[in-house]
Amino acid sequence: MKPLEYHAPGALDDAVRLSAEAGASPLAGGTDLIVQHRMGRVEVAHMVDLKKIPELNVLEFDKKSGLRLGAAVPCAALAECEPIGRLYPSLLEGAELIGSTQIQSRASVGGNLCNGSPAADTICALIVLDAVCVIQGANGSREVAAKDFMTGPGETALNKGELLVEIRVPPPAPLSGNGYLRFIPRNEMDIAVVCVAAHLVFDKDRETCLDAKIAVGAAAPTPLLVEQAGRALIGSKLDEPALKAAAQAASKAVRPIDDARGTAEYRRHMAGVLTRRAVGMAVNRFKESG
Amino acid sequence: MEKQTPGGRPYKVIGTRPIRHDGEDKVTGRAQSGADISFRDQLYGKVLRSPHPHARIVSIDASKALAMPGVEAVITGAELPQPHDRMFLSGEGGVENFRYVNDRVLASGKALFEGHPIAAVAAKDIWTAEEAVKAIEVTYEVLPAVTDVLKAMQPDAPLLHEEITTETLGEKKKESTNVCRHTQHKRGDVDQGFSAADVVIEREFTTSTVHQGYIEPHNATALYRSDGQITIWTSTQAPFWVRRDVAELLELPLSTIKVVPLEIGGGFGGKIAVYLEPLAVLLSKKTGKPVKLVMNRQEVFLATGPASSTATRIKIGVKKDGTITAAAAHLVYEAGAFPSNWAVMGSMCVLAPYKMETLLIDAFDVLTNTPKVMAYRAPSSPQAIFGVESVLDEIALELGMDPLELRMKNAVEEGDRRADGPKFPRIGLKETIQAAMDSEHYKSPAPSGPNQSRAVAVGFWFNAGLQSSATVGINMDGTASVVTGSVDIGGSRASMAMMAAEALGLKAEEVRPSVADTDAIGHTDVTGGSRTTFATGMAVYEACQDVLGQLKKRVATLWELPEEEIEFDGSAFQHADNGKDPMTVKELGAKLTATGGPVMGHSSVAPTGVGASFGVHIADVEVDPETGKVTVLRYTVVQDVGQAIHPSYVEGQMQGGAVQGIGWALNEEYVRNDEGKMMNPSFLDYRVPTMLDVPSIETILVEVPNPGHPYGVRGVGETPIVPPLGTLHNAIARAVGVRMRSLPMSPPKLSAALQAKGLEAIAAPTP
Amino acid sequence: MSTKRVVTATINGTDSTLIVDDRMSLLDALRDAAGLTGTKEGCLTGDCGACSVIMNGRLVDSCLVMAPEAEGAIIETVEGLAQGNDLHPLQKRFLEHAALQCGVCTPGFLVAAKDLLDRNPEPTDDEVRYWLAGNLCRCTGYDKILRAVHDAAADLRSSSR
Repeated sequence: MKPLEYHAPGALDDAVRLSAEAGASPLAGGTDLIVQHRMGRVEVAHMVDLKKIPELNVLEFDKKSGLRLGAAVPCAALAECEPIGRLYPSLLEGAELIGSTQIQSRASVGGNLCNGSPAADTICALIVLDAVCVIQGANGSREVAAKDFMTGPGETALNKGELLVEIRVPPPAPLSGNGYLRFIPRNEMDIAVVCVAAHLVFDKDRETCLDAKIAVGAAAPTPLLVEQAGRALIGSKLDEPALKAAAQAASKAVRPIDDARGTAEYRRHMAGVLTRRAVGMAVNRFKESG
Repeated sequence: MEKQTPGGRPYKVIGTRPIRHDGEDKVTGRAQSGADISFRDQLYGKVLRSPHPHARIVSIDASKALAMPGVEAVITGAELPQPHDRMFLSGEGGVENFRYVNDRVLASGKALFEGHPIAAVAAKDIWTAEEAVKAIEVTYEVLPAVTDVLKAMQPDAPLLHEEITTETLGEKKKESTNVCRHTQHKRGDVDQGFSAADVVIEREFTTSTVHQGYIEPHNATALYRSDGQITIWTSTQAPFWVRRDVAELLELPLSTIKVVPLEIGGGFGGKIAVYLEPLAVLLSKKTGKPVKLVMNRQEVFLATGPASSTATRIKIGVKKDGTITAAAAHLVYEAGAFPSNWAVMGSMCVLAPYKMETLLIDAFDVLTNTPKVMAYRAPSSPQAIFGVESVLDEIALELGMDPLELRMKNAVEEGDRRADGPKFPRIGLKETIQAAMDSEHYKSPAPSGPNQSRAVAVGFWFNAGLQSSATVGINMDGTASVVTGSVDIGGSRASMAMMAAEALGLKAEEVRPSVADTDAIGHTDVTGGSRTTFATGMAVYEACQDVLGQLKKRVATLWELPEEEIEFDGSAFQHADNGKDPMTVKELGAKLTATGGPVMGHSSVAPTGVGASFGVHIADVEVDPETGKVTVLRYTVVQDVGQAIHPSYVEGQMQGGAVQGIGWALNEEYVRNDEGKMMNPSFLDYRVPTMLDVPSIETILVEVPNPGHPYGVRGVGETPIVPPLGTLHNAIARAVGVRMRSLPMSPPKLSAALQAKGLEAIAAPTP
Repeated sequence: MSTKRVVTATINGTDSTLIVDDRMSLLDALRDAAGLTGTKEGCLTGDCGACSVIMNGRLVDSCLVMAPEAEGAIIETVEGLAQGNDLHPLQKRFLEHAALQCGVCTPGFLVAAKDLLDRNPEPTDDEVRYWLAGNLCRCTGYDKILRAVHDAAADLRSSSR
């Protein structure tokens, strides 16, 4: 391993400047970066720790503007922030599925996004919840929709020297429910073979689906917002034909590969299975919310 | 059932559950395993490994690495004495050839598997060693690789070793091949046996390569002094074998080498062979400093011994009443990159649990471009018996017979012969099947929800004897110390102390057990083969008898009575009719100095009275038909354990073995790409069960004492990994009607099989 | 050139000053710089939990923490569980239940279980299993560990009453 220098700037500007240097990698929880560095998959000359920067540690909820989640906040902190489990259960579920207890103490939602894995556990929820990523560069800040944040395996909308500062999630509609689930062969510790998040908005009759968003991960080079699946549900009372159509749309939309974690064929099948189940979770959440 | 000492007395210590003597150090972090020791002036080693499963090594240029500041030595295969044929007995693996140990430790000529060591470096710190390894320039001529056993048997398959031909029944064929050995066992006329049957079922099975998955990676530190004396500190199951292997490889006398076994973080058969030890010695010889090497997890998966993948064909014929008339087994085992005997072992296990008049077993050891297969808990038995237990399950269904009744009808007992010849002494298979039938689990209603079911399977392991040494010293206060050469991998020190305490009439806490280095105790073979409590326990027992004999003389002196008239009754020395107060070992301690000095007993044994162990497992499962995921709802292990010395650790062996078997059955496998490279060399993607993946494993200890051991001990550690493969396979088959016959039964595979059967239409949960 | 620095941290209640290289993990720092080899290395990828320690009140895999991150941190390792010769109830119960065989995963399990019981004095089976799913044990099959954790929890509840 080549020499490495660790930096822990306290100001965002300093972090942006340091991160722009050759061989610099931002460090949040480190649960991806440190492994990749140790295994020789990335070379890092400067590790820029973002956890001392106040802007990246924001965790607050406001009824009007929604959730502000700093990019370095560890997943374990989400469960300790009451409105998240109630209003954004899909996000909390994703955060709580990233690795073990130990991993959740360190891994951040921001890092989960920046790692760029199509199997990331929090991205699908953020997509269906219409989240926005706030990015800071040397020339100021910009915003990118969560659905556009990942651009390919290991690739994101971030340019060299740009940092993800926070994620903003609007308050969910009053009559709505959302849920996330993934499939793994074990019951913990695995990377998703396929994962799906669903967000449903209901009419005043509490049965008719007014809006639906379905996002599928680990089944294409990037997580997918499957609009056809959502459309299949909109206007329905989530009856069997609508669910079947949504599941089929999800299976059809994915572009999976064969790898050590599953076959393309299996992933295509599972995209449909999990779409049904994620919709079921979202419905239950809505019903439980009274 | 007899449950008493050889003298006919009830046990006082055996069968109790004392705190293990070495326990405190292991819960406070004070226990030192191999990676925990270090020396002020030590260097750090790192191994350069082949990225190719099969390649000719055209050249190795280490000049850039050697020029790096902080790099002190580089070694390659050229540093080892030239390989030549020297046969040796490798315990569980049978007879092997040192020529191939040389080649495995450091490649010469060809890289034969991904991860094959090409060179090793010693440097001032690990980072420099890593950079130096990268700076070694190796030119490879990449050759076609074969990792699948059946493909490797084909005549046009890439050849690993030009000099190897098939050996069948001791005769060598002429043409080069990857099939290094063909073993056959026959009994009677198997064709006639099948024609006498009412039901004959023949099926093919496959299993994937799996790894032992111990949590502590391999490590070794060595110091080669200028006077030629060598010390090796390592986490190994077999310190005396490490000494032998290093001595053979470097052509040194055994007396120049001391191996110090540190605490070991799991082994399961995988920490018997040498990997790092010879490299550490060679690097230390070159540098004059202690050199430490520790593998990372990827190296453990790529370059240390996994268990064989297999392709088997099993045919069994039965009468309408369930009596087996004939069985045939065709077994193909992955050997890895060097000749192995794993199919030989499989052939000895495959039909062992059952009586039959006729049988035919053909077994093939096949070379592949994969790491050399090493022992893994009951090596070769799980893969072989998996197919048999599946076919028997089908037969039971076909006959409408209870699956345990079918097994009971055919179960071997004392006097029956194994296919490879040996006659069984007193064994407890029938008692074990009966205990399973009588268990609360088996008697309770089978789970009856959708896609749920229950099934059973049997397992077998012969258990090993080999050689062990022990010394027992009586302290001046009458307490005792026990020293053995058996590395304690799971609580054996406590068992040794308990057996000594039982023999000497002491409390378990009054005996201090320890494991010595190779200078401090007589030769002792591997901790493995379920032999430690049996054979080393017997050495401890015999050493205690030696002590008691000497003590009796002291009592005779004190009492001024003939030695022959004094008896030890398990608690104290007695004289039948002269009115002396009985004298305990404890009381004698203080009198040793006055009666002739210290007393120490010795024993070295090579016991033959090994008792085989059988187990029956019961599993309830539920299959999610949409995802193909299996949930184990309830699981019970029933096993003949001979006499349990420390029941908690016996239960622990049964539970741990069962969970390894469950992992093997459901999710564990080496996933390889088209080039033959492993795609999942990490604990993330090589999926050993977590605490969330298994229920609490229930245990039922059946105690049929082994007459070949004074305390009735039979090995217990290995049998429990055997039945889970068949048990879960059968339970899944009974739950969803699909017989996978291929391990692991992972969700993608099971889901595909279910879809092929058209079961995916099972109603999905609707919101 | 390699970067070395001084890290000051409170380890098991003691102020400790360690000289570390920036390439070191917290695991390396604990084992090599502080001499606390009770924390074990199993995978270096955060997948086995053998190196579990509590850092600033959260359970972490010390192999996935960079050593300089420990500056100013409060760290608890297996060596800090016992109070002198008085073993922690978890340590006692692990021994009583034979919840260890080879013992290499044991320090990680003990530290992880302590963190659980600090937060949740009466966990259910499922809660124990979830919390400890990041700690692999290849010897025991987990049952005895589960029982030991429940018994230790009961000990702690009755002693705090």
